[in-house]
This record gives sequence, structure tokens and C-alpha cells, in this order.
Amino acid sequence: MRKVYSRIESIAGNVITVTAEDVRYGHLAMVTSSHGKSLAEVIRLNGTQVSLQVFTGGRGVSTGDEVVFLGSPMQVSFSDNLLGRIFDGSGNPRDKGPGLEEDLIEIRGPSVNPAMRIIPRNMIRTGIPMIDVFNTLVESQKLPIFSVSGEPYNELLARVAMQAEVDMIILGGMGLKYDDYLYFREVLEEGGAMSRTILFVHTASDPVVECLLVPDIALAVAERFALNGKKVLVLLTDMTNFSDSLKEIAITMEQVPSNRGYPGDLYSQLASRYEKAVDFEGAGSITILGVTTMPGDDVTHPVPDNTGYITEGQYYLRNGRIEPFGSLSRLKQLVNSDTREDHRGIMDGMVTLYANYKESMEKKSMGFRMSDWDQKLLRYGEMFESSMMDLSVNIPLEQALDRGWEILAECFEPAETGLRTDLINKFWPKGRAAGADEESA
Amino acid sequence: MSQSRGTVIGVNGNMVSVEVEGEVALNEVGYIDTYSGDERRRLKSEVIRIRGSRAEVQVFEMTTGLGVGDHVEFTGELLAVELGPGLLAKVYDGLQNPLPELAAQCGFFLDRGVYIEALDRETRWRFTPKVSPGDQVERAHTLGVVPEGIFEHRVMVPFNRYGTYTVKEVASEGEYVVTDRIALLEDSSGTEVPVTMMFEWPVKRPIDVYAERLKPVDPMMTKVRIIDTFFPVALGGTYCIPGPFGAGKTVLQQITSRNADVDIVIVAACGERAGEVVETLREFPELIDPRTGRTLMERTVIICNTSSMPVAAREASVYTAVTIAEYYRQMGLNVLLLADSTSRWAQAMREMSGRLEEIPGEEAFPAYLESVIAAFYERAGVVTLRDGGRGSVTIGGTVSPAGGNFEEPVTQATLKVVGAFHGLSRERSDARRYPSIHPLESWSKYTGSIDRGMVEYAREVLHHGDEVGQMMKVVGEEGTSLDDYVWYLKSEFADAVYLQQNAFDPVDAAVSVERQKYTFGILFDLLTARLNFGQKEEARTWFARLRQRFLDLNGAEWQSDGFKELVADIGKAVGSVRAGVEDNAVSIVGEMR
Repeated sequence: MRKVYSRIESIAGNVITVTAEDVRYGHLAMVTSSHGKSLAEVIRLNGTQVSLQVFTGGRGVSTGDEVVFLGSPMQVSFSDNLLGRIFDGSGNPRDKGPGLEEDLIEIRGPSVNPAMRIIPRNMIRTGIPMIDVFNTLVESQKLPIFSVSGEPYNELLARVAMQAEVDMIILGGMGLKYDDYLYFREVLEEGGAMSRTILFVHTASDPVVECLLVPDIALAVAERFALNGKKVLVLLTDMTNFSDSLKEIAITMEQVPSNRGYPGDLYSQLASRYEKAVDFEGAGSITILGVTTMPGDDVTHPVPDNTGYITEGQYYLRNGRIEPFGSLSRLKQLVNSDTREDHRGIMDGMVTLYANYKESMEKKSMGFRMSDWDQKLLRYGEMFESSMMDLSVNIPLEQALDRGWEILAECFEPAETGLRTDLINKFWPKGRAAGADEESA
Repeated sequence: MSQSRGTVIGVNGNMVSVEVEGEVALNEVGYIDTYSGDERRRLKSEVIRIRGSRAEVQVFEMTTGLGVGDHVEFTGELLAVELGPGLLAKVYDGLQNPLPELAAQCGFFLDRGVYIEALDRETRWRFTPKVSPGDQVERAHTLGVVPEGIFEHRVMVPFNRYGTYTVKEVASEGEYVVTDRIALLEDSSGTEVPVTMMFEWPVKRPIDVYAERLKPVDPMMTKVRIIDTFFPVALGGTYCIPGPFGAGKTVLQQITSRNADVDIVIVAACGERAGEVVETLREFPELIDPRTGRTLMERTVIICNTSSMPVAAREASVYTAVTIAEYYRQMGLNVLLLADSTSRWAQAMREMSGRLEEIPGEEAFPAYLESVIAAFYERAGVVTLRDGGRGSVTIGGTVSPAGGNFEEPVTQATLKVVGAFHGLSRERSDARRYPSIHPLESWSKYTGSIDRGMVEYAREVLHHGDEVGQMMKVVGEEGTSLDDYVWYLKSEFADAVYLQQNAFDPVDAAVSVERQKYTFGILFDLLTARLNFGQKEEARTWFARLRQRFLDLNGAEWQSDGFKELVADIGKAVGSVRAGVEDNAVSIVGEMR
């Protein structure tokens, strides 16, 4: 019989304090109040003073409510029965299905020994040229989508969820608008992808502590599936809400804030989640694609900033397009040498020219006369945007590379592209003389 | 020091308060007894504050499951590393636990409370004595040598044996394990001291056994053109690489760790991505070092405390790394320590400082941040050893400034104490100009191997070109004189073919000094030449075509037929438009001749 404590000494925000003995750090307790039951987690021990974070929040908790310590840290059920199901941040069903209690696993497990990691080697094809050609997504990679509110980042995630070549998808929603939650559910159900998907969703109106649990639960489950040989893609949206929950709790706990109110360990907190991305040798893998909305489109804001240092690149989603500047998949070099020999050349060459186009655009907007070169660039930029960058373009990598050559040949002489001569000789579309430029000189 | 015991009285994240019975020292190591499931675990921790009988310790592991009343055993020892043969080619965590051995024992994950001896106790080393009974020795005196890979590893009198000793016995030539006694020393009072091939040294104390510290002058070649030519680093010097994320800090460090012209490289992956370490870890055993003909791994030690590993051990990891570096310096070797990233280390300090409820300084970093950073970089240097040999520790640290803004505390504190600054720029990395070291903002106080005057001239061209570029944004191309436009093209050209380097091209990835001197000569010739163009369009096309040739040249094998052909080609092309020497280059070109 577990001991019941019925005197809560202080309640501040989501944190309550009780006097209790033989309590372990990080373990759970059940708080029973007139509004129902809630789990709580031990977050500080000071002598017999035990501070607990109540998952459903401190609102309505009374000093006379009962607290029972459960003697174990937070756990979640793991089995194939999870597939196709929807849960909330505490692991309770959000759909009408039964609650799952069997095969409990601990969340926030230890990190993977770096010596057991392997060099990522498999590309994940998405059918989106801005990803496949320019910033290839690689198995076991962790990548955020940097965006601002109002951009179609959830649509992009849903598209990746539908198209990505993986075994299963785990979606962790944090602070999702209820509409967005319904949108994901609808798209996945209609697309027939629900059976390979698990959703852990915290909506904006749910208690803030549960928001913190979403990535941990999602990743703990993903880790088990990966160990069982599954290639798992974890989609997390939106990590800024997660960070804001961290901030909220740190401030209530009276921690010294470091930057714009965020706790000093924001980096470590984010890293311990993102670093769960891994490729287990001889088993499966976890790939993480997250969304980080940048308040005020400011990449130096602590959340995108710290994220950028942790993740292996980032995608910028602006004006409904994945921007080639700034967007980077740090691991692409590991896989794009084995796709097609012109992959890297096209990737670098087209982006450099697009950068030049942007400069010409700037000059144009300031009313300068456009030189012949500028004219060429303007033409190129427009073509690039409409037939490569547009998010509706859905073609496999090889077709996208061919399209790249077409665009280049349409706009430039071979030597103007800055591409290596041997590539030009091999891939420059026939019918457009590669040596024309030399002869005229 | 005595060994005290204590009891846990509070837990706050990875900081645990302990009621101590007996004496306890700052930075002393203690083990907290706890249970993980049913298994007993001893978690390593370090004392970071003492108030009366209450000590605050930082735990190097996750603290979930700790409770009030848990027992703590203090060891009486400071946090230390094991030094001896067998460090090279090892992969350690921040506390010097060998990670592959941990993996063999625990599998995929890092279990709590599992510690493994840093030096293998089974390996037998072939020992050759270098002293005879009766010899007088001091600490760090070489007692004998064992071969470790390509190096002659010196077995020395432990650095913590102060005073003078007489050698009483020394082991004869033969094979021994690190724990075997290889010598017996006797101090002036007649006390006998047995010596093995290994000893411990506390990581937070610099190893100070040398005759003299010298000024770093000899350049350390990294085979990165922009560094060696423009912002050189000296052996025994310090440099830092601050840069926003994605600007290529880690790639630059990796390239340096491969190509740097030093004997030993210590890679400290401190709070960064695990994936990046893995690349080093998996590739180095395969890559052959052209200088030695052996794998790169044989000259490398990796200290790896990645971002998801416990924060307290992250703080220790840079000290572990620098202590190992200093140890090999004592053998007369040139050691390069690459720390990636010192910001994560500073953040680890910040986290702890916050938990200790210290009064925060700027951006909540502790007030002692600057002195701690300075003390770390000061552990670099060239020294003459007592036997007249010379060794060096060079430290290169990356900095990850919040928001890419160099005005933040860690970058500023670092800039005060380093000899070279390789500032990475977001603009350049966005434009795919790698390595993205900013050619105008970076600096170095060291002397490189290419003539200063020529380099200065090239920098002036870059500077002038940049000014013209800025101006052109305002007045447009038509508002720019042909003369200025050519300067602009020259600087863009120099940037494209010399400052930028293709790390993925087998030839261009590492450029020898010889080749740098040669190609810089060609570039210099072009920069100083007055070029005759009728109009801008003509100049632009000419430069575009020449750039192509030069890039092909960069990809051509040194002194191959293709290389020579391209050189001749470029010479001809420049000759066809040359019209004398630029006015501002007359004196320097004259000097050259």
C-alpha cells in the first residue's frame, strides 16, 4: 500500500511542493483533486521538501489534495498496437480507442554511444526537388524547417509524411492549433498513411507540461521501433512551442534566465531530443524533421539559433517555398555523390546563379539599367522559381536534374554557368551546341 | 587526503547537495550509490562548492532515481586522467572512458555508472630503459621508452613526484603492461617510490614541467589556402573560429584534423553533434597519413562528449583533452588540440552556475567566464623541455556565438587571448564560398610562409574590390569606371580561385605549401598586372573564362601534364591583355625581382 500525502505546502504555477520521504528524483506521483487525477513528476528534492510538476497544471489543485508517489519514472506503452493511434502528451488515447498499459518503456532513456553510430549513407527520397536535389534528406538526419507563422509548414510536413520513403511516421504535435491537428488526421487518413503512423498530439489548449512530454514520448517509441528494425521518420511541430513551455516552467521555478527569458540549458534540452536521431547498425533508424517557427522571422532568436547549432542543417520555408539560401542539409555530401555524377554540379551551379539573380533583382529594384548578363539572370531566376522551387513540383531526383540542365541551357552559354567542363560535355542538352561560346570568341 | 563519506540531502537536476562527514576538497571526485532498477550504480561526481559540512557536487550522469539519504563516497582524489602508453587512437568520453569498450559492454546506449579504465591493462609494451641505477632524476625525466605506433613514447617520472630521486632499480628491456613496476626510485630521505608506465594527473592543473616557454613562430600548415596564406597559425599558438551555425566550423576543423602538419591531433568534440564525431571516428582508421604511411587514427585521440551526453562531463572534456595534449608535448612532439565547440563548454559552466544560484554576469554566463577561457588557451605554447627538446601544444577552438553575433561574451573573451581569428561569415557560406572565413575581418598575429608584402597586396585588392562592389550596389555597373570594375573582377577572381577551396575535390582539398606558393605567385602576377580591356563586358567574359581555367588548375594533380598545360594557358591568357604593372604594385613587383 502506497503512502498518501494529503498536505500540499505550496502551489506556484504548475509546481506543487509536499513534505515526503523516500522519494526519488524524476519519479512520478498521482495527484487527485476535485477536478480529477493528474500525473506529476518530481523535479527537485531538498531534504524532505519535494517539488512536483503537475502535468495538467496547478489550476484548481488545493492544498488538501492527495498525492501518491508511484515509484517509477514516466513510462509509455510500446507495441505494434500503437500504429494508427492518436495519443495526448501523457500517452492517453485521444482517439476513441482503448488505453494501452502493456509493455511499458521508460522515456528519456540514455543517449546512444557515439562509438556505435555509423556514417549516414541512405538518402530519403521525398519527391520535392528543393529537398532531393539541393538539400537531400538523409536517413538518421535531424533537420528543422525554419519558418514563420502563417507559412504552410504543416502542409509541407504532411506532404513529407505521405511521400517519404520510410517504414513508419511518428508525428509529435506541440501546441498545435486544433484545426491543424484535424488537418493532419484528415490528410493521413485520406492518403491511407494512417496505418503506418502514430500521433502524439498536444494542442494549444492542453496543459503546458504535457507539451514537454510529447517529443520524449514520441522519440522513446521511435527508438524502440528503430531497434526492432524499422526506418522511422519523426515529425515534430512546433519545437518553438516546446521551448516556450520550457521557458514558462523555468521561470516559474525561478531559474536565472539567460537569453530572452529562456533557460540557460535550452541548448542541452533541445539537443537531448534531436540527438535521438540515429541509424542503428543492423537495425532501423530514426530521422527527425521538426518545425521551428521563428518569432518575427528572426533566425537569431534563441530557439532557431540553438536549434541550428544542434541540427544537421535546416530548411527555410518562406513565401511557400524552400529557400535555397540558408537552407542546408549538412549530410547531403554523404549521399549525393552516389546519385548521379552531375548532382553536385547542378546543385552548386544553380544556386550560385540564383544568388546572382537575386543581386540583379536588387539592382533592378533600384532602377539600374539591366546589362545583357542581368537579363539572362532574370530569365533564369524566374524559370528556377516556377519549375524547381514551387512546392507543388513533385518529381523524382533524376527528372529534377534533367530539368535543371534544361533551364541552364535555356538561359546561358555553357561557360557562363561555372560548371565543370566534363559535366557540360556530358549533360548539356543536345541540340544546343556546347562549343558555341568558344567559336564566337 | 582522507576518504570521507556523505549523504544526499537534495537533488536539483545534475546538481546534488551532500551532507559530508569529514574533510572534502574542491574538485574532489565522489561516487553516489544508487539503484537503477535493481542494479546498483555508482555515479561519478565532482565537488563544486563547499559550505560548512554541505557540499554541492555535479553529477556526470543523469540523476533520475537519486533520492535523499543515498550514500556518497569521496575518493580523496581530484578529477584526473590516466597518462601512459596507449592513449593514441583511442576514443574517450569527457571523463576518459573508452567508448568502444563501453559499447562492447553495454551495447547501443551509454548506461549510467559504468566506468572503464582508460588505459588498457592487458596490452604489453616493449620497454627500453634509458636510465641506469644511480642516476639522478626529476619529474618528467625519461626513464625509458616504448614504441607507440609511429612514436617513441617516453615513460617518464610521474609529474607529481616533486624533488630529486635516485634510480635504484630499472626494468630491463622487455615487454610489460602499464601497471608493471618499471623502476624503483628513492628520494633524499630514503623513501622508495615504485614507478609504473602510467600515472594520473588532475585535469584542471596545467602540466608545468618544462625548461622555458617560447614565442610561437614556426607556422603550422593546415593545407587550407586562406589560412596558410592569409591568416596563418603558429605551432604552439592559439586560434579561434567563431561562426554562426551552418557556416562550416566543424568541416573546417575536420579538414584541419586531417591535414595539419603536426605529430598528434587531439579532437575534443565538446557538446556538439554526435554525427560529426562519427565521421572522424569511422574515416580516420581508413585514411592514410601521407607523411607517415600509417592511418590517421594512429596519431589521433578523440575526446567525445556530444550534446546529448551529460552536461557536467562536457565541462570536464576540454580539460581531459588539453591534459593529454600537454602529456604528449612532454615527449617533444607537436600536438594540435581542436576543441569544438568552446561555447558548449561555456554553456555547461553557465548551467552549473545557474544551479549554484551564483550572481549571473552577461547573458547569465558566470562572472569568471573570461578568466576560465583565458586559462584554458594559455595551456597552449611551445616549450623547451629539460632535455633540450622542444614540444608544442596548439589550440584551435570553435566558438558558436548566439545568433552569429560576435559581440557575445564567449567570443569576446576568446578573442582577447588568441593569436589568430578566423571569423566565419554567414554571407559567404550562404553564397557557398567555402571555407567561409571572412577575408577582411579575420586576422592573425603569426607569420606565415608566404611573403607578407605579397599577401598584404592581395588583401588590399580584396578590400578595394569589396569597396567597389559596395559602391556598385548603389551606383550600378554603368556608374562604375572600367578601372574600378577591373579591380572588382580581380578581387572576385582571387576569392573564387584562391580563397575558396573545394573540400570535396581530392586534389583541391589539401594544398601543400609548395603548391600554395606557386599558385599564389600566378595569382599575384595577375593581380599586379595592368590589364587592357575595351569595355566591361569584355573584361567580365575574360575573367569568367580564366576563372574556369584556374579552377581546373586547382583540380589538377601537382606538376602533372594537365597542370603544366593549364599554367601555360593561363600565362598566355594573361599575356594577351597585359599592359604593364598596376601603379600601386610597381614597388612591390620591383622588390620581387
